[in-house]
Amino acid sequence: MKVEQISIFIENKSGRLAEVTGILGEAGINIRALSLADTSDFGILRLIIKDPEKALQVLREHNFTVSKTDVIGVEVPDKPGGLSSILKILDKNNVNVEYMYAFVERSGDNAVIIFRFDNIDEAISALTRNGVKILKGEQITSI
Amino acid sequence: MIWNDDFETLPREALESLQLKRLQQTLERVYATVPFYRETYKKIGISPADIKSLDDLQRLPFTLKQDMRDSYPYGLFAVPLEQIVRIHASSGTTGKPTVVGYTRRDIETWTELMARSFVAAGTHQGDVIHNAYGYGLFTGGLGAHYGAERVGASVIPMSGGNTKKQLMIMQDFGSTVLTCTPSYSLFLAEVAAEEGIDIKSLKLKVGILGAEPWSEKMRQEIEAKLNIKAVDIYGLSEILGPGVGIECIEAQNGLHIWEDHFIPEIIDPETEEVLPVGEKGELVITTITKEGIPLIRYRTRDITRLIKEPCICGRTHARIERLSGRSDDMLIIRGVNVFPSQIESVLFNVEGVEPHYQLIVEREGTLDTLEVQVEVNEQSFSDEIKELQHLANKIRKEIKDLLGVTCKVRLVEPKSITRSEGKAQRVIDNRQKES
Repeated sequence: MKVEQISIFIENKSGRLAEVTGILGEAGINIRALSLADTSDFGILRLIIKDPEKALQVLREHNFTVSKTDVIGVEVPDKPGGLSSILKILDKNNVNVEYMYAFVERSGDNAVIIFRFDNIDEAISALTRNGVKILKGEQITSI
Repeated sequence: MIWNDDFETLPREALESLQLKRLQQTLERVYATVPFYRETYKKIGISPADIKSLDDLQRLPFTLKQDMRDSYPYGLFAVPLEQIVRIHASSGTTGKPTVVGYTRRDIETWTELMARSFVAAGTHQGDVIHNAYGYGLFTGGLGAHYGAERVGASVIPMSGGNTKKQLMIMQDFGSTVLTCTPSYSLFLAEVAAEEGIDIKSLKLKVGILGAEPWSEKMRQEIEAKLNIKAVDIYGLSEILGPGVGIECIEAQNGLHIWEDHFIPEIIDPETEEVLPVGEKGELVITTITKEGIPLIRYRTRDITRLIKEPCICGRTHARIERLSGRSDDMLIIRGVNVFPSQIESVLFNVEGVEPHYQLIVEREGTLDTLEVQVEVNEQSFSDEIKELQHLANKIRKEIKDLLGVTCKVRLVEPKSITRSEGKAQRVIDNRQKES
């Protein structure tokens, strides 16, 4: 159920994002989804990719601070109120969303959203109980 | 172990009477041979004969680094150049360097004091000393070198730089003792990790580290990362070079100053009054055996305090506490005195924070700002913004609580703060220097 996401610390200065993506590109790593959270001083780049271990390794070799986090990919009906219905389930079960971002590609007729929760296991069980489809790691990276 | 039992454990009374005798001889000599001292003392109406006790030393004026610069290069030498067998100079960060000359007997004294220091740090014949202090005009390399040979250890004259080669030699030659700056020892550990070398499994057992102020926390870090005992060594080229003082490995608590060759005093850097024993202030040293360039009441600018309680190692020579900074490194931020070493201890107390930091001081309008740059490592990194902001806030709050100064904490990428192979540059002060 869980998907491994990698996160990279980057200082807020010009060229850093280009450098990270350049390193990944040279290593033949394709980015499936990404989000960038930023403050005035630094940012955190979060990526979903096929081979997280390889990405961690090449980024570490280039002195980047990286980490791996478990997130889940959820299929969300691509229609008005689709996301809302899912968030309501989570709210009812007292699961807090730390952050979320969307996949560019769709899975069939549905949109795909990546979620990071304070309690991932609780979230998985609540969503599953309510018939929400959670994508497996391979499914996500092969979208 | 003690190298020179007769002198290192001399009872205080005998030590002090030896100091007085040597002080009086030194004063007679500089009065006769160095115009700077003769003229200064004549001006205030004092002669060497007036110094009848160690307390009388306080009546004499200080010697400053500026006095050495003013007499560049040889003006303060007390012997003609043909008796000088070695010349060293300190790096002049501002203007001309300060020049020191050693007679044959000065070199002998230095060698003896470095030998005492090596033995106090737990070194002996059979050790392989990896000497990564710079060789050259800087006193560190050669000073340590002669003392190591005197002890009978095998010295590898590495000098500074070329870190990967240092690690190769350390592995292949079986170095047991490392001499370098504390920050360089951590840099060695860092490069070793990158190169896949397990530095902890090497034969290294002791690091004799000095030439820059460091904290107790940094010692713990070095000891853990390199699996060695780290001892602090003190010296400055004006006085001798390395080997003015050393921590004994038994106590690792304060540095013994070789009092049969130096008289230490602690003064208030502002009022210039001598402070009672135990109070913190600026260290002032008088050399009492040096021939080439004796210095009377030299202001070292190093901040410490004197410890006169007997030490468990048996040496009777007083100790100084590890340096907490330099009176000229002291930053005044909006009226608050800040030593980089204080910031360092705060950082060490925050879990997961690396000892790599830099302080940037700016003046915006009339207001001074302090930015503390701290490297984020995988231990302190979180993929949630709020956690990282929490970390930065925590550091800021600790600094505010401990030092009373508000700063901005900027988290930076690992290895983005320049590593030094000599003394670490901790402070970048961009304020307009007052002329």
